[in-house]
Amino acid sequence: MATPTPRVQVPRSATRGEVIEIKTLIEHPMETGLRLDSNGEVIPRKIINEFICRYNGEVVFRTDLHEAVAANPFISFSLRVTTSGRLDFIWNEDFGAVYALNHTLLVD
Amino acid sequence: MRPLIKRWTRREIGRLAAFTLLAPHVARSQSRPKVLVVGGGSGGATLANCLSDGAVSDVTIIEPKRAYTTCFFSNLYLAGLRTFAELTHSYDALARRPGVTMIHDVATMIDPATRTVRLGGGATLSYDRLVVAAGSAIREDTIEGYDAAAMHLMPHAWKAGEQTLTLRRQLESMADGGLFVMVAPPDPFPCPPAPYERVSLIAAYFKQHKPRSKIIVIDAKNTFVGQDLFEDAWNRYYPGMIEWLPAQFTGGVKAVEPGTLTLRTEEDRFKAAVVNVIPAHRAGDLARQTGLADASSWCPVDPLTFESRLQPAIHVVGDAIIGGDMPKTAFGASSQAKACAVAIAAAFAGKEAATPRLTNTCYVHLTADDAWRNASQFEPVAGRIKAVHVNISRISDSAETRRGVAREAVDWYETFTKELFG
Repeated sequence: MATPTPRVQVPRSATRGEVIEIKTLIEHPMETGLRLDSNGEVIPRKIINEFICRYNGEVVFRTDLHEAVAANPFISFSLRVTTSGRLDFIWNEDFGAVYALNHTLLVD
Repeated sequence: MRPLIKRWTRREIGRLAAFTLLAPHVARSQSRPKVLVVGGGSGGATLANCLSDGAVSDVTIIEPKRAYTTCFFSNLYLAGLRTFAELTHSYDALARRPGVTMIHDVATMIDPATRTVRLGGGATLSYDRLVVAAGSAIREDTIEGYDAAAMHLMPHAWKAGEQTLTLRRQLESMADGGLFVMVAPPDPFPCPPAPYERVSLIAAYFKQHKPRSKIIVIDAKNTFVGQDLFEDAWNRYYPGMIEWLPAQFTGGVKAVEPGTLTLRTEEDRFKAAVVNVIPAHRAGDLARQTGLADASSWCPVDPLTFESRLQPAIHVVGDAIIGGDMPKTAFGASSQAKACAVAIAAAFAGKEAATPRLTNTCYVHLTADDAWRNASQFEPVAGRIKAVHVNISRISDSAETRRGVAREAVDWYETFTKELFG
């Protein structure tokens, strides 16, 4: 399988105390482990099992994902912003692979 | 499946003959009811074929083009798997059918009060029954900057012809490693799986000729028809090549900058080597100008007869109607046209229309020899077209099954176009 492509959408700028919406998407087949291949063998489970967002190092959003989540998981959440800084987005895959992105947030 | 083409019984023909005898002073051409059909696509061609078989009415088709290029199978052309000539069908055989007159002109205005249609060339034709089978149109008011000039640089290719050729030329001249971006439309639009079939087949072309290239689909929807089948195929055949962005992520494309082949969403910009913009659709201009469309910009019809709910004696078939469960497809338009022809013939005979059984069959290619199929049947239920039987390929189909469907698709195309255009 090719490397999944993670993407995030964060407003270009925000004011102190504002609640912003952050949208994330990762291209991922979310193989459930329940399907058989053409030889009748089970295709091993390989899903994004966890998503984390850190704001200047602090975890501000975290979620577990399971087999029932559709391919290409889309996650959006709200964040109250207090200061300019760095947002880190981390997707953890079965068998230990990690996909990550970061974004610099400018707060007036 | 029951044949849907109505064959006239001897008694019905006899009744019409009797009517003609009772009015001997009326010239023959005046005594035969006149059916006008606007549009020579699959709906219009089917109507002409059905009514010419009945030999009860004169049928005139108004169609500006001299030959018909099918939009169905044009994705195979874009991938280099079919020639443009193979998509193009002459009207000669249709025009030669008894009782059929073909006029190559544009219908510019319909006057329901006088039951006449004015043509671009200046003539005015009268009708007893009019069928508008003129399809849908691209909306130019939903994506900023996507006007007639932009369409040359960022073709929609959602009407087969010059647009299709332009997109193919652009794909051919694109360098390996280029980015192809498709803007996929909101529902409803003609041929719901076709954007994703196009992406699949362009990926097949890239895989062979330009393997470092990428494809991004910026969709106006959050889901699409056959999504599981497409995603499965994209992972298997084109891993890492295709990225699909749902509306909930990007918010959809708001504006285009044709000069730089750039697309703008709420927060992002996408600059591509080739851009295919498929905007929202609505019923064709003539249908809307005639008051056949409601506030939804589509045409409400009685699904028993396909007569407009807004204008008497005018029927609408195909992409322009509010089709209920029935998708907008060429095959579906043809099925509706058969039901419409039966209803028009019944109306001329002073009878009630029988309840039609409508069908749609479409084939969707994932590669040159892996295709899936949707074969469904529909019936009018309480004034709405409802699916009564749906048969769709499965993700678990074997490769052999899929190869069989791909072969069947080619036979389907030959049979269907032969039925339409002889």
